[in-house]
Amino acid sequence: MSDASFLSLEKLTLAYGDTVAVKDLDLSIRKGELVAFLGPSGCGKTTTMRSIAGLLSPASGAIKLDGADITRVSANKRSVGLVFQSYALFPHLTVFENVAFGLRLKKLPANEIESKVTAGLKSVGLSKFSARKPGELSGGQQQRVALARSMVMEPKVLLLDEPLSNLDARLRLEMRTELQRVQKETGVTMIFVTHDQGEALSLADRIVVMLNGAIEQIGTPEDIYNRPISRFVADFVGFENIFAVEGGKLKAGNGPIDLSGSLPPDTAGLAWRPRMVTLGSGPFQGTVRGASFSGSTREYLLDTPLGAIKAEEDAALAARETGSAIAFGLPVEKAARLKKFG
Amino acid sequence: MTPRVFTPLVLFLVIGFLIGPFFIIVAASLSGGETLAFPPQGFSLKWVAKVFTVESFQESFAISMLLAIGGTAAALVLGVPASYALSRYKLPFGETIRTIVSLPIIVPGIIVGLALLRYIVVPFGLNITLTLFLAHTALVLPYAVRVVSASLNNLRSDIEEAAVLLGSSRAGAFFRVVMPNIRSGILAAFILGFVTSFNQVPVSLFLSGPGVRTLPIDMLSYMEITYDPSVAALSALLAFMSIGIVFLAERFLGFSRYV
Repeated sequence: MSDASFLSLEKLTLAYGDTVAVKDLDLSIRKGELVAFLGPSGCGKTTTMRSIAGLLSPASGAIKLDGADITRVSANKRSVGLVFQSYALFPHLTVFENVAFGLRLKKLPANEIESKVTAGLKSVGLSKFSARKPGELSGGQQQRVALARSMVMEPKVLLLDEPLSNLDARLRLEMRTELQRVQKETGVTMIFVTHDQGEALSLADRIVVMLNGAIEQIGTPEDIYNRPISRFVADFVGFENIFAVEGGKLKAGNGPIDLSGSLPPDTAGLAWRPRMVTLGSGPFQGTVRGASFSGSTREYLLDTPLGAIKAEEDAALAARETGSAIAFGLPVEKAARLKKFG
Repeated sequence: MTPRVFTPLVLFLVIGFLIGPFFIIVAASLSGGETLAFPPQGFSLKWVAKVFTVESFQESFAISMLLAIGGTAAALVLGVPASYALSRYKLPFGETIRTIVSLPIIVPGIIVGLALLRYIVVPFGLNITLTLFLAHTALVLPYAVRVVSASLNNLRSDIEEAAVLLGSSRAGAFFRVVMPNIRSGILAAFILGFVTSFNQVPVSLFLSGPGVRTLPIDMLSYMEITYDPSVAALSALLAFMSIGIVFLAERFLGFSRYV
């Protein structure tokens, strides 16, 4: 095992009955990495996570963890922790007993359990709540109990299902900080599943974007945000003007358009964020169809021979009138070059 | 009539109709006379005392208790795993199984009783007590499955997965995290089953034979011979017992959530 493949998924295929949810997935995760599985619902991200946990056996392929093949190892012997989206605390047990649950099954001596649980609850700031039942805690507190319950087991990998989606904005920030702290202090390898690109960008070291049961792109948050390689990822991270490229020409509404400058031959498409569109100067002509003010910027919808274009400008500049003709440009050097289109 | 008068009047009539007979029974059982009559003649507790001296009542009470406790316990032993399987897995013919399990409440007891007598007891010479036990188990099973299913449906299934990921086996997860959380549902099912079995008449009527009678059947045959207020006294005592059980269940378990 090299350090670069602490956890590896090899040609992993997952199915529910006859429905294939994930096909031939290959992925290597480094030790201590914080990885996000990002994608819309039904993309296979949760299914992949459940198979790593051992809650779903793969139809084919292998899962290797820390040098051992765990594909057929049952879920209770994997040293993989999972923080459920609903937290899944045991309602009949106190917070203390919830956290102690796994340690008691390990048959550790009572004083060791006591000290581990106490330390675990202290680290998530819930020492005072150890005698309460889960039902008496807020959602954020319940989640921290669930986190402590998994972490006292010292898992090799900690999985988190939509860890921030049930929390309000303030708690979200708190939990994000909490997860980063836990990861830094323990060095545990963490994988979390999310459909929210903001969560993935702000929390992960590396993002795995999934679509239709396959990996669409893997990269750092900067890679994903600035250099999407497919139409889907570009659209997902906010490139709203996306065009196919064929034979070095932009495919647009009224036929192909020549581009200034040459493109690498594998370019299948180009994409621009609204703020990359230059308004008032450039080779193209359009009409302002609508405008919306969003505080710091103004967003325009343009009718153009290329189709509808979304552009954005500093709100400090004078507003452009609806119906007025306008020149604009799509600078190729700023565009995201898509290798996959469709 | 305005609704202000009409509504309370209807309410009064309905409640009177439902619990009126209970007061009549209680009053009749405190009668000082020799026959079952209402209004009672005089006042005495002698008929209440007599209930405890009738030997056949003691025997049939023991049988009824045995059937109610044993039958309900057996129904739960079968019903809890059945409810679990029906609520957690997509079983082939799951709906059909659910229907078959509820059949004993749908099919009239008189038919169940006749069928058991004609096709089980007579041809196979099956022991009466055993047949009664099996019949009561089957009659209580639908209630057990229904009530336990209701409390399982309120319990998220991911807690079992959480227990497994913390090192528990699947079976261990059931006993460690499912059972403790459906305990009140199981108790509620037990009480409901107990009362259902104890008050059961039509099936027991066909199966009761010489020497083996449930309490309600014994009361029927007692009344055919002796028309004294002790039957009323016994009925009142049984009614108080049921009220007491249901009251305790409601008090400690929030019983009405499940029924």
